[in-house]
Amino acid sequence: MARVGVFVCHCGENIAGTVDVAAVAKAALDMPGVVHAVDYKYMCSDPGQTLLKDAIKEKKLDGVVVAACSPRMHEPTFRRAAEEAGINPFLCEMANLREHCSWVHDKGAATTEKAIDLVRLQVEKVKRDRPLQPIRVPITKKALVLGGGIAGIQAALDIANSGNPVLLVEKSPSIGGHMSQLSETFPTLDCSQCILTPRMVEVARHPLITLYTYSELEKLDGFIGNFKATIRRKARKIDEKLCNGCGVCQQKCPVKKIPDEFNEGLSFRPAIYVPFPQAVPNKPVIDVKNCTYYKTGKCKACEKLCPTKAIRFDQEDIVEVHDVGAVVLATGFKTMPVGNFSEYGYGKLKDVIDGMKFERLASASGPTGGAIRRPSDGKEPQHVVFIACAGSRDRLKGVPYCSKVCCMYTAKHAMLYRHKVHGGQATVFYMDIRSAGKNYDEFVRRAIEEDGVKYVRGRVSRVYEEDGQLVVKGADTLLGAEPVEIRADMVVLATAVQAQNDAEELAQKLHVSYDPYKFFAEAHPKLRPVETNTAGVFLAGACQAPRDIPETVAQASGAAVKVAGLFSQPTLTREPIIAVVDRQPPPVFSSCVGCFLCKSACPYQAIEEEVIKNRNGDVLKVVAKVNPGLCQGCGTCVSTCRTKAIDLEGFSNEQVFAELMCI
Amino acid sequence: MAEPFEPKITAFVCNWCTYAGADLTGTSRIKYQPNVRVIRLPCTGRIDFMMVLKAFTRGSDGVIISGCHPNDCHYTSGNYHARRRWMVFRDLLEFVGIDLERIIFSWVSAAEGAKWADLVNEVTSKVRALGPYRELRQLAAVGID
Amino acid sequence: MRVGYYPGCSLTGTSREFDESVRSVARALEIDLAEVPEWNCCGSSPAHMIDTTMSIALPANVLLKAKRAGLAEVLTPCAACYSRLLMGKHEIETKPATRAQVERVLGCPPGSLDELPKVLNVIEFLAQIPETIAAKVTSKFEHTVACYYGCLLVRPPKVTRFDRTEDPVEMDKLVALVGGKTIDWSFKTECCGASFSISRTSVVGRLSSKIMQDATRRHAEAIVVSCPMCHSNLDLRRREINRRMEKPTLIPVLFITQVIGLALGLSEKRLGLKRHFVPVKLPAKTLPAQVVS
Repeated sequence: MARVGVFVCHCGENIAGTVDVAAVAKAALDMPGVVHAVDYKYMCSDPGQTLLKDAIKEKKLDGVVVAACSPRMHEPTFRRAAEEAGINPFLCEMANLREHCSWVHDKGAATTEKAIDLVRLQVEKVKRDRPLQPIRVPITKKALVLGGGIAGIQAALDIANSGNPVLLVEKSPSIGGHMSQLSETFPTLDCSQCILTPRMVEVARHPLITLYTYSELEKLDGFIGNFKATIRRKARKIDEKLCNGCGVCQQKCPVKKIPDEFNEGLSFRPAIYVPFPQAVPNKPVIDVKNCTYYKTGKCKACEKLCPTKAIRFDQEDIVEVHDVGAVVLATGFKTMPVGNFSEYGYGKLKDVIDGMKFERLASASGPTGGAIRRPSDGKEPQHVVFIACAGSRDRLKGVPYCSKVCCMYTAKHAMLYRHKVHGGQATVFYMDIRSAGKNYDEFVRRAIEEDGVKYVRGRVSRVYEEDGQLVVKGADTLLGAEPVEIRADMVVLATAVQAQNDAEELAQKLHVSYDPYKFFAEAHPKLRPVETNTAGVFLAGACQAPRDIPETVAQASGAAVKVAGLFSQPTLTREPIIAVVDRQPPPVFSSCVGCFLCKSACPYQAIEEEVIKNRNGDVLKVVAKVNPGLCQGCGTCVSTCRTKAIDLEGFSNEQVFAELMCI
Repeated sequence: MAEPFEPKITAFVCNWCTYAGADLTGTSRIKYQPNVRVIRLPCTGRIDFMMVLKAFTRGSDGVIISGCHPNDCHYTSGNYHARRRWMVFRDLLEFVGIDLERIIFSWVSAAEGAKWADLVNEVTSKVRALGPYRELRQLAAVGID
Repeated sequence: MRVGYYPGCSLTGTSREFDESVRSVARALEIDLAEVPEWNCCGSSPAHMIDTTMSIALPANVLLKAKRAGLAEVLTPCAACYSRLLMGKHEIETKPATRAQVERVLGCPPGSLDELPKVLNVIEFLAQIPETIAAKVTSKFEHTVACYYGCLLVRPPKVTRFDRTEDPVEMDKLVALVGGKTIDWSFKTECCGASFSISRTSVVGRLSSKIMQDATRRHAEAIVVSCPMCHSNLDLRRREINRRMEKPTLIPVLFITQVIGLALGLSEKRLGLKRHFVPVKLPAKTLPAQVVS
């Protein structure tokens, strides 16, 4: 006879506020098999866990149901406690009285009744739990970092410095990401490139970091500790070993008028190019779409002039498979296309630009050498209007969230403009100034008080062009919502930060959850911010949510520590929630009839064919067998099996039907 | 006067998307009707349609099946198997005489807390309007279980 | 093809030419306009300033009559009527309490306000049948014009679902369809002064002159509108406008149906072109012949 203990948690007022916890405990005592039931204020606290452990020992319990929060929150906690009290951890189940009951229903009899039902389901389940032994699997101690911006660079360096090899994959021809495009960084105004390029060089030189630029992840198979990453190394059309980065090819390429991505289209680049002078690696790529040779079959000027004969027109993409144990996602963000803002006339009005373009204008390495010149005619703008929240916090036409970095970079832009154009006027239209961060608010105050940037609290309804000037129409809500009309030479939009275009596709490749805006979802918003729901996949930087540089770096280091922690174990223990094919004594051997429907259903190729022979070597039967190393425990095979020969540990047919029996 | 009819809804949900989504409903404190009992499974691919029949014979008036959106399955393809199996079983269940209006198939991701609440409310109200589902339960009572 | 037709008061009064041109164009395109029987006022501006229920009940009653007449769609040329009918329908569809209240006011049984007919403005309606229009074009409208949308057709965006709220292009596409060219300008949806047309003409003069200023500066030969109010302000109040213009202008203001009617070869009389205050005098064809795609 089962001896089940039920522990009902109050979770302070969170559960006890709506559910009559004492009644739940009392009702549990009447359930068949339950020999002990109590309620307690905080089951997850140390005294709560002690209560559980003592009861297991004193009452000789062989099953435990903790009726508290979601098992996704505290199942590991209570299973550990059960193990410490001497029973198998898998004999502990949780009834979700908080997320699924007390938080979502009003106080009343129906809610308490539901709570009792939820406990009953788990009591039925726990009675049928079998003691399971964790599965030990080896770990490949090598990390894959996706994305070579500051997040990926930091994560790669930290993991490599902990002594583990890293494969850093970046889709563009150079690492550096958005940060390499920035002019100065808030709140210190130190030059972005000056602090970033040493890190980039460090990545290239690190003996434990393998750098694959111009490469993308095609596929990720396997599981924590044992991933198989398929990586496509796009053909640069250059022999990287021979190329010494002299740059002759770039100078001699006859195609000159391709908008330069690095300069946000403010200048032009040739068809064979290095994105920017400090690029790592400093090796060019041929832009096949725009190269004359690929279009017409003629030219090859670069090949003729290359002193090291490094050009390879016939080079093909290489697809490689790498074994890795952990993945860090650091794929960054994009900004909302300015074409979204028809009221700001973008696309038609050349002098309405976004923040990234302004960064390039202000950057010493930019197309104007750091002089602020407006794109339409190259004149120095005498009045620049900055519009914050272009798309952010705009539920109707943009995104509802705050993009977080814009308040700060707009203040920086206005400041830089005032430093560079003496006598120029800078006006910022804003909703709120959000400058929470170390030295952030002081920075904004400095822009207003010392650099004379004019802040107008209000929205801009329209920007249009008249006589070569931009007319900005808005409202000043602090001065009685008076309409304001400003004639400006240039308008800078602080466009919303968004997830990358391919974020959803990538999330699906890695089986990582994402929010409605395609930002990758962390495992827990507060307590597990760098982990995802897929074990072994970690997050760093703005691919998770809008982030500034300090936060990104901190999170990247956090992700690196998680990876290093994982790699510090000799082997990995995995939950033994796996499928099992039954085995019986001869002559049946197994109720499996060898149809292998399960084999075609299994997403992990975990089902193998086992040939059962007699001692003469004659084949008696071919039956299915689950490879415990590969099985992930989805249970698809179980529902496919026609003879019910396969069952899933922890979610067995008997358990699920037992739960259903007491509905 | 008899008590107003309160339907029993059984929900089969996957651990990674809909269960997490329902957790988010809780974290976001979005209220919904308390008629649903959740059976947590690793994946919708684990759902054997015998379980759905069992739920009805044991007194459920409606059944929700919900997992990850297509392409988002934690196990790559479990939800596709569930969908495919459902397409086949639908016709069979209909032929057998099960009221298909009482089985609701949906996708709720881990980010869709509000959608879970809407789904439960919608199904509960719908089943409440349909009334109790006695047919299978009565058969079960005479031993055809 | 049969479609419900709700002219509203403006089209029987100040904007008779809009009504005439809509009917003429419909006839030319072989579209049967079935006028909503015994239609009443849409509520327009007065009702929703005074009584919210009335402002929904009035359009609801119009749509209910159309529904009972078996009409699935109602074409509403007047932008103010369009806005009221659409808002009324939206309120009824999204707010059960409002629906119940309106049902009580109208004395109709519950459920009668389900599945009310679809409300269409002229632009939406014509945009559905580009092939029919293109096939009937006899003389291309080879002029450069400014399409002015005003506010009522495009707002509020969550209800109207117009193509692009701030920078709509559907009317521009229609003009292009019949061979015309449209300018790219900044005042497509700026305020014309609306109902100040009567009470404070100086406000209309100030606001509409800005619209006129930008259109003429970019060499529009005419302004094309789809709203009686916009038309009144830009046409009837031209003297107020010209008083504030750097250079007074006499470019005409046409309804989109008049533009299409001209391209279909309909007479000036049938299109009501003689009814404008600013005479409709378009320069000789200014565009080289172009292929209508």
